Amino acid sequence: MKRFIIVLGIMFIAFGMVFAAENALEIFSWWTGGGEEEGLMALFKLFNQYYPDVKIINAAVAGGAGTNAKAVLKTRMLGGNPPDSFQVHAGMELTDTYVIPGLMEPITDLLKEVGAYDKFPKALIDIVSYKGEVYSVPVNVHRANVVFYNKEIAKKIGMTKEPTTWTEFLMYLDKAQKMGYVGIALGDKNKWTSLHLFESIMLAELGPEKYNKLWKGEASFNDPAIKRALSIMKDILKYVNADHSALTWQDATRMVFEGKAFSNMMGDWAEGYLKTLGWKPGKEFGWFALPGTQNAFMLVSDTFGLPKNAPHRENAIKWLKFLATVEAQDTFNPIKGSIPARVDADKSKYDVYLQWSMKDFSTKAISPSIIHGSAAPEAFATALMDAINKFVTEQDVNKTFKEILWIAEDNDYLID
Amino acid sequence: MKKKNVIIGIFVILPSIIAIAIFVYGFISWTVRVSFSNWNSFSKLLRGVYKFVGFRNYERLFQDTRFQTDLWNTLFFTIFFLFGAISLGILMAILIDKGLKGSKFFQNIFLFPMAISFVVTGTVWSWIFAPGTLPANPQGLNLLFQKLGLDNFMWGWYTSTYSLGKFNVALIAVIIAAVWQLAGYTMAMYLAGLRGIPNDIIEAAKVDGASEWKIFWKIKMPLLKPITLSALIILGHISLKIFDLVFAMTGSGPNFVTDVPAIYMFELTFRSNRYAMGSAIAIIMLLFVAIVIIPYLVSSMRGEK
Repeated sequence: MKRFIIVLGIMFIAFGMVFAAENALEIFSWWTGGGEEEGLMALFKLFNQYYPDVKIINAAVAGGAGTNAKAVLKTRMLGGNPPDSFQVHAGMELTDTYVIPGLMEPITDLLKEVGAYDKFPKALIDIVSYKGEVYSVPVNVHRANVVFYNKEIAKKIGMTKEPTTWTEFLMYLDKAQKMGYVGIALGDKNKWTSLHLFESIMLAELGPEKYNKLWKGEASFNDPAIKRALSIMKDILKYVNADHSALTWQDATRMVFEGKAFSNMMGDWAEGYLKTLGWKPGKEFGWFALPGTQNAFMLVSDTFGLPKNAPHRENAIKWLKFLATVEAQDTFNPIKGSIPARVDADKSKYDVYLQWSMKDFSTKAISPSIIHGSAAPEAFATALMDAINKFVTEQDVNKTFKEILWIAEDNDYLID
Repeated sequence: MKKKNVIIGIFVILPSIIAIAIFVYGFISWTVRVSFSNWNSFSKLLRGVYKFVGFRNYERLFQDTRFQTDLWNTLFFTIFFLFGAISLGILMAILIDKGLKGSKFFQNIFLFPMAISFVVTGTVWSWIFAPGTLPANPQGLNLLFQKLGLDNFMWGWYTSTYSLGKFNVALIAVIIAAVWQLAGYTMAMYLAGLRGIPNDIIEAAKVDGASEWKIFWKIKMPLLKPITLSALIILGHISLKIFDLVFAMTGSGPNFVTDVPAIYMFELTFRSNRYAMGSAIAIIMLLFVAIVIIPYLVSSMRGEK
């Protein structure tokens, strides 16, 4: 019995020692693969150059575009065991899930103090704000509404200039199909990709102004433009690969690389993927904004926030200040294959595609993405995702439109 | 002395009794409670703002076309999976039991899939059944069919949205993978049963002139009844709560043709933050499993008496 108590005592002390790592900083993210993990490591290294005595704990959770990590994070936040800072998509994913329940600390003053507040585009600051206070630091920006295409196939089908209207685009898709290629590759095994495509079409038909108003309750979902978007989606689906539901987005992007498909509509992480496969932007592959969205930038932005009761709050603040610097943003983004959220970053560090994207980011209208958690609460996004997935199979425009109205109503977005 | 033993005994099992009371039964009752509420957002959950809505979540579920698909899928999956795994298991057990040359080797081969997790099985079989862009660029099994000139056998596998009545044909691919995974385990159970049958009974039957076939049906099968029951229980509860295999293999498929309740529950709870709806599915699944398990518990308790 005595020995047992001694063993128990030693276990407790050891336990305590592990968790009392005094000068630590726990960073939670879902960056575990490819360029994103390398980028994160580069950030950690740079951070340690400034603060060599802070020990960084990398609490990354792998899998499924962050879905697994989000579940883990929710459990930790609920259990009162938050990490010091965590990755979260700008917008409702942050606001609805963590800010409104009062789990986050505002960091407006922090950004003002380091002179970074006005270095982000106003539309982006709006997305990470709630009731006038900023709640997270945007680190990178991805553009969602981009079509990447195989230049060799483009030449074969006689495409001399990038299409700007649906008629032109559909004509090229048709030509590609007639020559034995898949017009537009889709990989919707993980479901979100079909909503990714649809939300960009919706943005094209509504226009960025009306689209952005939807989320503020200033525009109605009961809009013929949404129905039009569904019909366009139906037209596009004629040129999609038959095995789309067996593939992931990487598989779909790969079809463009392998010369099986003419194009792929995907966020610009696909550009990073094509580069890792060995292609050079502008040489083997080209890109254009999805027709109708040339004047809009569908934004996906990763940000880091400050949870209340962060165990190492001082270090977390150092981390957030650090992320807001040009140096940190220019270290991370060229590796990850995204553009910096700050508009005053060094353009020469980025490739042709990213420079194009940076130019558009500072000049075009910024719209939040639904499926990537920026525009609407997760309940809305997942319900819409299910509806669009049924649509991909059934292709019933009226039925899906009705369902979209129901989902909007369920989430208090229907205003008439 | 004896009294002291009893006290120590109680003391030793007390922690697990408390743990089970809290972490199993406590949480089950908590889930039941949540399933009767309207906790359908993360912020509501945190602020504790909720009200009881009775059976509303259950009503909504049974009207939900996706959940209806899930229930039919569970039914067909369970029937074909149990039939497939048990019949294949018996067949393999009989062949191995014959003690032919190399049977030990095959015994290990058949049992091996058991050592692999459902996630790996799902991933591998999703490659095998990947249809490819038909008819021009088949993949996996379809590619094999094409090479053999069996073009008529090429089809969409788990991406097919065709259905026969309520049966989604895409399920066939998932059932094959599940049977592959667990037939070996069923074989091991039957093999143990067959080896446990005393040889003299069989010898006596042979002396009486019974055929192999008759020995199997009239003597071996009745003696293997407890094994069949265990197999039904073990495989049955796996099939009712299957998640990982389907998730890794098809991701619930186009138009949810291969969706199952566990996936819907996971997505509602952890993606949409609709905790009440998720809990309702969890409770329905618990009831299904209880229907399978409870008769077994009752019969085994009777047996102990």
